[in-house]
Amino acid sequence: MSPKTLYDKIWDAHLVDEQADGTCLLYIDRHLVHEVTSPQAFEGLRLTHRKVHAPDKTIAVPDHNVPTTQGRENPEQMTEDSRIQVQALDTNAKEFGIHYYPVSDVRQGIVHIVGPEQGWTLPGMTVVCGDSHTATHGAFGALAHGIGTSEVEHVLATQTLIQKKSKNMKVEITGKLKPGVTAKDITLAVIGKTGTAGGTGYVIEYCGEAIRDLSMEGRMTVCNMAIEGGARAGLIAPDETTFEYVKGRPHAPKGAQWETALEWWKTLYSDDDAQWDKVVTLKGEEIEPVVTWGTSPEDVLPIGATVPAPEDFEGGKVEAARRSLDYMGLKPGTPLSEIKIDAVFIGSCTNGRIEDLREVAKVVKGKKVAEGVRAMIVPGSGLVRAQAEEEGLADIFAEAGFEWRLAGCSMCLAMNPDQLAPGERCASTSNRNFEGRQGYKGRTHLMSPAMAAAAAVTGHLTDVRELS
Amino acid sequence: MEKFEKLTGIAAPMPLVNIDTDMIIPKQFLKTIKRSGLGVHAFAEMRYDQEGNENPDFVLNKPAYRESKIIVAGDNFGCGSSREHAPWALADFGIKCVISTSFADIFFNNCFKNGILPIVLPQEDIDKLMDDAERGANAVVTVDLENQVITGPDGGEVKFEVDAFKKHCLLNGLDDIGLTMEKAPAIEAFEATASQARPWV
Ligand code: SF4
Repeated sequence: MSPKTLYDKIWDAHLVDEQADGTCLLYIDRHLVHEVTSPQAFEGLRLTHRKVHAPDKTIAVPDHNVPTTQGRENPEQMTEDSRIQVQALDTNAKEFGIHYYPVSDVRQGIVHIVGPEQGWTLPGMTVVCGDSHTATHGAFGALAHGIGTSEVEHVLATQTLIQKKSKNMKVEITGKLKPGVTAKDITLAVIGKTGTAGGTGYVIEYCGEAIRDLSMEGRMTVCNMAIEGGARAGLIAPDETTFEYVKGRPHAPKGAQWETALEWWKTLYSDDDAQWDKVVTLKGEEIEPVVTWGTSPEDVLPIGATVPAPEDFEGGKVEAARRSLDYMGLKPGTPLSEIKIDAVFIGSCTNGRIEDLREVAKVVKGKKVAEGVRAMIVPGSGLVRAQAEEEGLADIFAEAGFEWRLAGCSMCLAMNPDQLAPGERCASTSNRNFEGRQGYKGRTHLMSPAMAAAAAVTGHLTDVRELS
Repeated sequence: MEKFEKLTGIAAPMPLVNIDTDMIIPKQFLKTIKRSGLGVHAFAEMRYDQEGNENPDFVLNKPAYRESKIIVAGDNFGCGSSREHAPWALADFGIKCVISTSFADIFFNNCFKNGILPIVLPQEDIDKLMDDAERGANAVVTVDLENQVITGPDGGEVKFEVDAFKKHCLLNGLDDIGLTMEKAPAIEAFEATASQARPWV
């Protein structure tokens, strides 16, 4: 048998049909649905009198639009257009008989946090969602990628997706990370190296000692941003860390089925002599805590660096850098650590899990959010929130002066009322620093939870390792 | 879906690299449960100021380009989110073809589902087409999908590649859900085997 990558193995196990030109029909094991990209798909089913093919493999949760303030069960809290979308999801979930976690359910949260938390996401599965950060689920060794609304409708109707196979790319992070360096720094550093188009046409498998050492939370952070690197999906081979995390989750297999599953999951790795179309290697020891300075996730630099000048770049990037610097209100040569901030956002499907909150708590314990800084923590799910309260983290946040919110996407994309004002600058643990992403004319610097926490207490971008 | 055979129209130059989906359609316009009517919001934050007045410097606001049907763009067009609102907005504006050196994957796929043809060309061809597109009202370009040829205002021709299946669907305006449903027996057979092999799924 010819050697295979992990991607090849999962692909082959889900192939329904293959045409001579390589167009394939791939079976989908889990379809996650949220309120923003699904209404037109359900409407499409209604218009064509089609049903949801596998309702028991379809899971819906509202997250993008929902308010994160108390009393949100009251629909009055939402703007009319948001309310219409959330109510459409309520109705569609009921009418088509799919699994559903409404805002009143403690298990509600960001779709990419809820899936793994409930054990819907398992190794070796194919997972799709009308959301590009579906890549997150690749942390389990599941082939997971974002799809558009027409494809959502296609999966709802047929439980399959028309696909062509991507190329294989290996991203290896060797050695150990230095203290203060986290999964978020890894994933940003990779994008800084490959660029936002470096992964286009590829599925990335992350491997190497530094990846193996990560918890499931950290692995999800890494895979989450595969899409920012242009890749359709990111994967990490499942191992004991994965099995440990999955075991006992509500929808994970139990008993004899667990054993059968485990047996197969243990075969899910890239063979030693597998062929790669592209290989990128980073040394774990060389990765520094990083932040972004511009309006593309590839605009990454170590916190000790200075703001670059447009002339430092080539081709179309010169103009893009000029535009970014103007938008961000930054002067070339300014040390990154002197950039003052107005707001801090801790949350999102990149960094809204319990481990992220623990890191924040470690940094801010006994300290105060700097004068004039608005700082918000939005847990990724109701269960993350409950656990943080149980562990006493919520008290630490409150004493430090953070707002402690209910679960949702919140200021990651600012579709709900959580937004930056024009010109406001934010240290954010989310994944996109595009123009206007966190609010019209808002300015975003991406970084790890520990770094965002450090910025919150000093009021400027800060190397977390320099905080006592 | 509308058929795409031959398209002749003004090509607008957008040389900026990494034009992302938030630029193509900002999130405040995603709160719709329909597919139509998004054209007025396409490129909203570049196209209008905060009061909603048109920014006269933005290419699609210039008299020569208001009716553009084609965009010639910088690298990595459509990066960012999976929102199909991006191609919906472009199509509703009247853009039926985008030409660049590279596209983000999901955006690229979404285009085909909405009658938009995204074309990938090498940098030198893009440079030439970008020059053509700079000619304002004279930037008339023809895209012939059947023969896979772009003809510039001077009659110069550029060949392009396109996936055969996607071309077939676009030329014939085919709905791929219908096509897949014809494969129901294969899907059912797969499900029967998979439920034996992986009963926990
Ligand atoms: S948290 Fe942000 S990136 Fe993640 S699903 Fe929500 S909006 Fe998308």
